[in-house]
Amino acid sequence: MSKKAVTLALYADPDEAGNALRELRDCSVPGFKMDDVIIKSPIDHPELTELLNHRPVYIQLFTLLGVLLGPTTGLVLIASAQASFIYQTRGGRPIVPFPPDMVLTYELFILSGVLMTVISTFVAMKLPGNRSPLYNASVSEDKIGILVKAEAQNIPHIDEILRRHNPTEIKGDHSR
Amino acid sequence: MSHNVHGHPQMDVQVERKFVPKVKDLGPDVNWAQINKDVLRSLEKPRPVFWIIFFSALALFSFGVYCEVYQYQNGMGVADLNNPQVWGLYIATFIFWIGMGHSGTLLSALLHIIHADWRKPIYRYSEAMTTFTLLTAALFVMVHMGRLWEFYYVVAYPNERWTWPNFTSPLVWDATAIGTYLTSSLLFLYMGMIPDLAICRDNAKGARRALYKFLSLGWQGTDRQWGNFKVAYMTMACFLMPLAVSVHSIVSTDFAVSQNPGWHVTSFPPYFVLGALYSGCSGIITLFIVLRYVFRFEAYMTQPILNKLIKMTFAIAMVWTYLDLIEYATTWYGSDEVAKADLLYRATGDYALQFWGMIFCAMVMPFTLLIRYVRHNYTVLLIISLILNVGMWLERFQIITPTFAKSHYPWTWTAGWWPSWVQWGIVAGSFGWFTMLFMLYCKIFPSVSMYEVKEMVHEQNLEGKAMAHANPESEQAPVGLLEGGQA
Repeated sequence: MSKKAVTLALYADPDEAGNALRELRDCSVPGFKMDDVIIKSPIDHPELTELLNHRPVYIQLFTLLGVLLGPTTGLVLIASAQASFIYQTRGGRPIVPFPPDMVLTYELFILSGVLMTVISTFVAMKLPGNRSPLYNASVSEDKIGILVKAEAQNIPHIDEILRRHNPTEIKGDHSR
Repeated sequence: MSHNVHGHPQMDVQVERKFVPKVKDLGPDVNWAQINKDVLRSLEKPRPVFWIIFFSALALFSFGVYCEVYQYQNGMGVADLNNPQVWGLYIATFIFWIGMGHSGTLLSALLHIIHADWRKPIYRYSEAMTTFTLLTAALFVMVHMGRLWEFYYVVAYPNERWTWPNFTSPLVWDATAIGTYLTSSLLFLYMGMIPDLAICRDNAKGARRALYKFLSLGWQGTDRQWGNFKVAYMTMACFLMPLAVSVHSIVSTDFAVSQNPGWHVTSFPPYFVLGALYSGCSGIITLFIVLRYVFRFEAYMTQPILNKLIKMTFAIAMVWTYLDLIEYATTWYGSDEVAKADLLYRATGDYALQFWGMIFCAMVMPFTLLIRYVRHNYTVLLIISLILNVGMWLERFQIITPTFAKSHYPWTWTAGWWPSWVQWGIVAGSFGWFTMLFMLYCKIFPSVSMYEVKEMVHEQNLEGKAMAHANPESEQAPVGLLEGGQA
């Protein structure tokens, strides 16, 4: 199996970055896939992301799991706590009164939804994690980075495509 | 003359389509690199007034701590809290702080959901305000209890002594709701800060760099991270909207489910939610003016954004006023004679000054926001925003104290009751505590969201390009200077 290498091109203009992505998408470099392209940018660029292959987000499924499990578990805990009172001094009123229990159940619905959303987001974003060796601080300021992973022998071809769209800088890590 | 599709004659008029640029929230000179520079500068060198505010707050907080220690050592008697005046300033101020915390996260979430871009430069500090006001409010529960070590009794949990909490009590609902709100608000604030913490990490040195590196979790701004981040942030915003409404509704049930005169009112939940939004919005205006000056955020906290904030505050103030008047009308025309007597006592009795002070500060003063001079003069606006919040604090005071002073039974009447200096000291200390925490936060973390302001700039540029493309002959109007000239 041949060696993989990585190259990063930085663009000041989002339009140029878009053109570079379009040319990469249409190029016929053997073994190269758009799945191997990563955009790094200071803000979300939906207009650039749509040029990549569809990258699904599954967070909502975990949120759904949270909003189903949280209130169910909460209600069971509250109701079982009420049912196990040693002295039931309810004066004829129900031992497990559902209408007032709905308040805490509702709060647990929100809390578990939020917690599951946050946890699943961190997992999906692979955080906490280490930054790649090719990370450039300018992608958190005002540049758009296009990072491409490809066979080492194809990197010059990729670099040539990236260079055609006026990058401010291209750097590579060919040691992988 | 030609005829339309119905056969009626119509004039042949040449319609010239013109694109009128809308008022931009940011000035034309803002660019991405400048945003980083300006916001990161706020973490390094604020104006000297920052330290004046910080140390004044620290002094106030120290006095509050002294009062609390004094109360702790000598018992609750020194606070003059006794039956029936068991809540006093502590619970009034607790509600005030909970209310203050309402607007930050709620408005941030609401405006995010409806894509109101003007929230972007101001939402970060508003959310921080929420977090610190909730922390301040939580202190009052402990201060009010006196026995600090038994704080855990208010939390819904089973214990080994079989003294289960009463799950049907609004006080247990309160603790759960506030705990949920604090947790969710804190996570919402933190999630929204991660991209900015990465910017801080890339530019800081020494211990600060280590802190930002730890908190930014290795964020790199990849397309996958942004995609997941945006979905998660929107989902959290959707959760926080109903949560914020539920929290203050539940706080209102502390009163509304009781039988005390003046409290047993159906409209209390929306009245409390609106009151909370109102005081929160006034707080956001106050902090807007302070941060704009202290951290030199003139380019981001602009007049068009302030105008929108003021309009929203005025609208909320009017709805709150309506609900307050509805409450009085319902009591006046109702058949509960004790509640009617309570209303009369509020307006004409021992606490009439506070009642009419509330009417003036919270109901009359908002009308000054309609005056253009007030909206554009930051000193006057700062004073008015503070007066609005004094009005909202008085509202909480006059909900609690007159009702306890003259309730159903004449032998419990404590007409003319007034809180002791210990209570006033702890209340003053809470303002010091909040201000101190908030200013520290703004000194350590970016109080303006850098990446979201960059999004605003990007969208303004795209709009400008689209307009130039659609109407190449028109001159692009200078953005941000169309109203007030203070952008």
